[in-house]
Amino acid sequence: MQQWKNFSKGFIKENAVFTLFLGLCPTLGVTTSAINGLGMGLATTFVLVMSNLVVSIIKKLIPDKVRIPAFIVIIATFVTVVELVMKGYVPALFDALGLFIPLIVVNCLVLGRAEAFASKNTIWTSVVDGTGMGLGFTMALTVLGAVREVLGSGAIFGLKMIGGDALLLFILPPGAFIALGYLIVLANMIKEKTT
Amino acid sequence: MAKKESTFLNMVVTLVVVTLVSAGLLGSIFALTKEPIRLAELKKKNDAIQVVVPGFDNEPSEEVRKLFMDGDTLYFYTARKGDQVLGTAVETFTNLGFSGEIKLMVGFAQDGSIIDIAVVRHADTPGLGDKMQKEKSDFSVQFMGKHPDQFKLAVKKDRGDVDAITASTITSRAYCDAVQRAYDGYMQISSSSLTPNL
Repeated sequence: MQQWKNFSKGFIKENAVFTLFLGLCPTLGVTTSAINGLGMGLATTFVLVMSNLVVSIIKKLIPDKVRIPAFIVIIATFVTVVELVMKGYVPALFDALGLFIPLIVVNCLVLGRAEAFASKNTIWTSVVDGTGMGLGFTMALTVLGAVREVLGSGAIFGLKMIGGDALLLFILPPGAFIALGYLIVLANMIKEKTT
Repeated sequence: MAKKESTFLNMVVTLVVVTLVSAGLLGSIFALTKEPIRLAELKKKNDAIQVVVPGFDNEPSEEVRKLFMDGDTLYFYTARKGDQVLGTAVETFTNLGFSGEIKLMVGFAQDGSIIDIAVVRHADTPGLGDKMQKEKSDFSVQFMGKHPDQFKLAVKKDRGDVDAITASTITSRAYCDAVQRAYDGYMQISSSSLTPNL
């Protein structure tokens, strides 16, 4: 039960995007389509879980004063692993996400969970936390990407639903802010109802 | 086990160990993915050549000529069927795209007319500029079979013959620029000496 709560908090209650407002740079940047959001979310989830795992294992071995550089090196390592693997095996997705993959390193969400959670909790709890937060982040990005894709290009996951041009604004950067704003309203409504 | 003290020695040792382990891990992943990455890039290139000069039976990506132009390199791949030259695929570029560089593969028939064009890489806006890709819109179709000598590679707004993508004039201009560069390079390389500049 405890672990379930720990896992599910990432979806609404402590959702990285809708509640904590962490990692908004990739959130706004890559969510021009649902598939991009999903890919970015899963890449971040992998990095988050692995860095939480490693940080919680070695937390006692790292002196306090150098913990941030040590965490950053660990995170950067996993990000590079994701980048290389993606380049080799899913080049199409890599082309779409491009610049945003290396930027996972500086995603506050990843370092935030390492610093605030994994360095104080047990291995298992940290992995559960990383999975929950990561999947919550993925959900947020996919939903935002889907909304923007439907409104902006009239398609969902690349499947065209209506012909012609839709509201192009939603594909452009301002549309990201507008769509995100309304999704946050929605998330807050859900939060109020459930608590 | 107590938490390690932040003494100088402890800090140095910790950081050295962490970075060494990371370096080792990255090195092995790099070695593992090197071949798949190379193959993925080669496949992408071959697919693009296949689209713009279809029907060849040689390995065009093994027969490449290069030409330095406007600060970057054009690549020429000759497509053959038996002894007959079907055409040349030119990997061209432009820096005028809405989000920087665009790379195209342009196929030219022997007489210099355009067979087809494929987008190799771009970073333009999804839903707008990415309509230059064939699967997104018919923009690139208007170039097929045209000869750049009779078909002015500029958007109509600039008194050319190209119908621009709606709301993406910058992308359309960049596209024309890249195709024009491919044509200029192709003319230069086919008129100059026949010794391949490998």
